[in-house]
Amino acid sequence: MVTLADARTRIEAVVDPELPFVTIAELGILRYIEVDGDHVNVTITPTYSGCPAMSAIEEDIRAAMDGVDVTIETVLAPAWTTDWMTTAGKTKLRAAGIAPPTHHTDSVPLVLSVRCPQCGSTRTSEISRFGSTSCKALWRCDDCLEPFDSFKVL
Amino acid sequence: MILDLADDALILSHRCSEWLTRAPEIELDIAFGNIGLDLLGQARSLYALVGDEDQFAYQRDTHEWRNCTLVELPNGDFAFSMMRLLAFASYECALFSTDPGRDDLRAIYAKAIKEATYHLEHAEAWVLRLGDGTDVSHARMQAAVDTVWPLITELCSSAPEVEGVVRTQLAAILTAATLTVPTTTASTRRREHTPHLAHLLNEMQALAREHEGATW
Repeated sequence: MVTLADARTRIEAVVDPELPFVTIAELGILRYIEVDGDHVNVTITPTYSGCPAMSAIEEDIRAAMDGVDVTIETVLAPAWTTDWMTTAGKTKLRAAGIAPPTHHTDSVPLVLSVRCPQCGSTRTSEISRFGSTSCKALWRCDDCLEPFDSFKVL
Repeated sequence: MILDLADDALILSHRCSEWLTRAPEIELDIAFGNIGLDLLGQARSLYALVGDEDQFAYQRDTHEWRNCTLVELPNGDFAFSMMRLLAFASYECALFSTDPGRDDLRAIYAKAIKEATYHLEHAEAWVLRLGDGTDVSHARMQAAVDTVWPLITELCSSAPEVEGVVRTQLAAILTAATLTVPTTTASTRRREHTPHLAHLLNEMQALAREHEGATW
């Protein structure tokens, strides 16, 4: 018999394979956990349609539940947004040298300056709209001159 | 309709992957990789609605594919690839703004429109830069426009209601890029393929067909 609290503790601690210092709960990828007797149902959602980390995340969830029967459903709706990322998740991204996403507004296409995760300067510029993974763009700090990844607002 | 869209996305995804290690700059190489991955993800979600993705991708012969001519043409030069991406992203944005009338498809549209919008911005920036650039870049961009423009009717053939929106949006971008908007049309049709598709499939399907059930 598995308890919801136990399942929650174990699954919420699963980290993203591309960003192994943030959990899937902090990123907002983990949507729902339900315990039904000896069975656990988990719902996850991809950041981008083609996110190649999804199958690795599924395997990691199963490993975390170690022998418990787990059903994992991937849902697309509602579509993932960086607004679901927790404050703790954003703090960890910054600590790892990745600028976290700013809050998204639907009505105003506001482009705020991205703060350099190294020195904190807001004098930064975009090098490339596409970066090392679908969810990131490549930026550069004009003060400390360090290039850095920036989590795209979605 | 679902297969038309899935096949378009998968074939263009493969074309994007062909740019890897060949793009003019490493950032553009990465961009093609990311865009191709988004399109692959869209294709997989769509195939999942109607059957087995591996069967659709690896086991069909040329005549069974429903993709349009635009996506199967070889990459050509960078100007052509950007113009093609601009047209395709504009089409996807217009299509994904419509209501498909069923929840599973609505979820895919809502997810994919965010990606298509990003692709559109990328392609637009390059079409503007190359169209309103040097004599050489302008000439190459215009040649790309002249090739792509007539194929838009076929691109939109499974959702003809979006063609007007797509043409209006593209015409505005081309005009801003100092390019001439053509008036030519072509009578190409889905399922009537150029020889280029067979070459593409030959490469994409080789491993799966030679080693049945192989995983990699």
